[in-house]
Amino acid sequence: MGMFGKKPILHGATDLPVLLPAAQRLAATAAKERAAGFPLPRLRARHGLWLVAILLLSAGIAEAQSGTPEKQSAFAALINWVPVMLEGFVFNIAISFLAMAIGTGTGAVLGLMQISLLPPVRGGSWFVTQFFRNAPWLVLLFFCMFLLPFEFDLGVVVIPFPDWVKATIGLALPVMANVSEIVRGAVRSLPSGQWEAAESLAFTRRQTLWEIILPQCVKRMLPPWMNLYAILTMATVLASIVGVSEMMTQTGRALAAENRPELLIPFYSFVLICFFAYCYPIAVATRRLERRYQVKL
Amino acid sequence: MEAVYDWFRVFYQDTGINLTFIYDSYDRNRLIDGFFMTIWLSLICLALSLMIGVVGAWVQGARSVILRRIVAAYIEFFRNTPPLVQLYFFYFAIGSILPTTENRFGLEEPILGSFAWAVISLSFFAGAFNVEIFRSGVEAVPESTKEAAEALGYNRLQIYLYIVLPLAFRVCLPALNNNLVNLVKTTTLAYAIAVPEMLYMANQIWSDSVNVPEMMTFLLIAYVFLVGVLVWFMHRWERAMRLPGFG
Repeated sequence: MGMFGKKPILHGATDLPVLLPAAQRLAATAAKERAAGFPLPRLRARHGLWLVAILLLSAGIAEAQSGTPEKQSAFAALINWVPVMLEGFVFNIAISFLAMAIGTGTGAVLGLMQISLLPPVRGGSWFVTQFFRNAPWLVLLFFCMFLLPFEFDLGVVVIPFPDWVKATIGLALPVMANVSEIVRGAVRSLPSGQWEAAESLAFTRRQTLWEIILPQCVKRMLPPWMNLYAILTMATVLASIVGVSEMMTQTGRALAAENRPELLIPFYSFVLICFFAYCYPIAVATRRLERRYQVKL
Repeated sequence: MEAVYDWFRVFYQDTGINLTFIYDSYDRNRLIDGFFMTIWLSLICLALSLMIGVVGAWVQGARSVILRRIVAAYIEFFRNTPPLVQLYFFYFAIGSILPTTENRFGLEEPILGSFAWAVISLSFFAGAFNVEIFRSGVEAVPESTKEAAEALGYNRLQIYLYIVLPLAFRVCLPALNNNLVNLVKTTTLAYAIAVPEMLYMANQIWSDSVNVPEMMTFLLIAYVFLVGVLVWFMHRWERAMRLPGFG
């Protein structure tokens, strides 16, 4: 095959004999990833087996500790409570989705305000961003829990504000500030030549931003945004401190109902494993994306 | 000072804004204790997490696959589970299987208190991030620099001590500072296991004096101020330590 007649090689395809055994598998993975639009976590059965092994081990420790045969075994007790705890976990995920949506929407606006040409807008949004970024998540959560009213009376309609809504807002605030920084950082990280080239082509500032700068930024923002989502998901357990019935609260109730100290290790391990199973694939995908989108100099 | 305290008492009578932590000496001392507890907790966790980071980065360069796997598992586990659940796990679950001792009143008492568990848990949490940071810093030192040192007759330990570590430290300083700021913010979690740090003390005060809005506002401002000062200072330090023409 001549130098110039060479067909463009797709990711995963090859004409090198040494790579042929792996080529089919690689091509299949690549096709799947193209269809999904993002790198998929390469999970195998052994990953799940590891988690199950850890859980069984912790239950085994509890078994050895309890030693009294007439009581229900630790493992059976855990199985009993798993639906309740998973229900709480679903609630965690729901809170994380909602807080991420609110935080991303407001944060994107705040981030764009940070690159505004008007000094007061820029300064004000910078201050808000720094304020909510520097405040600890738990303190912001307390703040929203205690200082937001339990309902908003608009005269005609009364909007109720249950605890979980307040917690979601409390979690959305730091997300907002972090998204704002991500947006600003991504815009800053683009070479200034992009702005200058757009200007020389007579694009207005708005056109430059919407049609040239921001589309390029999306790629750069995606990995830190996913990382932030994982952090947020892990922060949703903080809501248990202020009394929202999410997974940690449910676990605490289950433990209180059972009142057996040897159950502490398996139950808390189960919570840890649930979060690990959810957050670890996100972390892996984030790293893959980072590597893929790395700017080659 | 008395005049100031009196002024805040009158301020309370006039406006209803009850800043007990200024004019009431008991509340004031509680809050100051809490503040120093936050600082103390942060400092101990910082020192321990740095040690974990250095040791972890060193182990990650080891030849043994098993050692490297263990460190990698440690990092992934602590980075991808909620720090609050880790804290509960250490304090309640691990704490429950440790032996107890008798205190001077003849009561059973666990050998490790809530403060010790908070230190252990937060250090492991922050340490997991530090391992990665140190490793990336050590990797960022160019091979040619090390070779140049070798050509000048440095031995391996000297290269590590005098060439690689100082450069790596300056490369990873921004990331380290970021992690430190995160650590200070994470110390608030110790509230959940009743470590008397600033958030916990503020909670005690607002439970006693029923001045939730005032205490909440104060807490928010105090933390933002504390972290803001830290960030500002670290930023200056980073700029002073930046390697010209390097990243």
